[in-house]
Amino acid sequence: MARVLVDVMLKPEILDPQGEAVANALPRLGVNGITSVRIGKRIELDFEGEADLEQARAVADALLANPVIETFTLRVDEGS
Amino acid sequence: MTARIGVVTFPGSLDDRDAQRAVRLAGATPVPLWHGETALRGVDAVILPGGFSYGDYLRGGAIARFAPVMETLIDAAKGGLPVLGICNGFQILCESHLLPGVLTRNAHMRFRRRSQRLRVENSATAFTSHFDPGQEIVIPVKNGEGRYVADEHTLDELEGEGRVVFRYLDGNPSGALRDIAGVTNAAGNVVGLMPHPEHAVEALTGASLDGLGMFTSVIAHLGQTAAAGS
Repeated sequence: MARVLVDVMLKPEILDPQGEAVANALPRLGVNGITSVRIGKRIELDFEGEADLEQARAVADALLANPVIETFTLRVDEGS
Repeated sequence: MTARIGVVTFPGSLDDRDAQRAVRLAGATPVPLWHGETALRGVDAVILPGGFSYGDYLRGGAIARFAPVMETLIDAAKGGLPVLGICNGFQILCESHLLPGVLTRNAHMRFRRRSQRLRVENSATAFTSHFDPGQEIVIPVKNGEGRYVADEHTLDELEGEGRVVFRYLDGNPSGALRDIAGVTNAAGNVVGLMPHPEHAVEALTGASLDGLGMFTSVIAHLGQTAAAGS
């Protein structure tokens, strides 16, 4: 089995209210040095055989990320 | 013969029955369509209803976009079939690239439910011909992910081509860019909006009867198309 990790992030110009809500909660933890929090998704794709990065890229492009608001990066999980 | 208007039910659809009822009240025959079948049953128009299709996992509408029914619907819409996406249906149309942009989490993070005043910016689409240009209507809005987002170039293009169909008045419930509540494709046969016209079709339960105009509009549109074709 081989695992491909896909990280999906909102583009920098897209508002992330979830991240803002988390950032606003940080002072309550006594944390004041963090200026921004952005939240994305990590998706793990497990392949039956060898990791097919091309196929993973196609899946990420068509379904996992919406290119209007998100970008993605993918890599083979060497630890898998 | 009365128009036959399909309403797709996805797992997680909530407003499919209300949409069917609105179709009936407007004078057409509602035809239930199932997400798992590619058949459109010869309908004259299709409504994608509100709800949380496939649990809205990943993003609203992202998985529904790959449902078997969407394979045929996307082609039919490109061929001119009138398609209306309401709320989750609007999200599905955006994910299908039938409409530009995307709906994201409301800027204030809250689910917003209220009677919403809108301005009809384009009364020339398949679903808005019974409204006057600039007419103000009230229909309910209810969503947590209704903030319309697109890049500046796309927004300018939409504005320039008159493709913003509805705009929020009296406060923007989601933080949608340029107060956009609904848009259409270039041909005017595909329309998506976040507010719910199917919930404003009867005096007993609706904030108004303003929603009915969208359903009677498409019936009139179909009548004209049939007359032109005969």
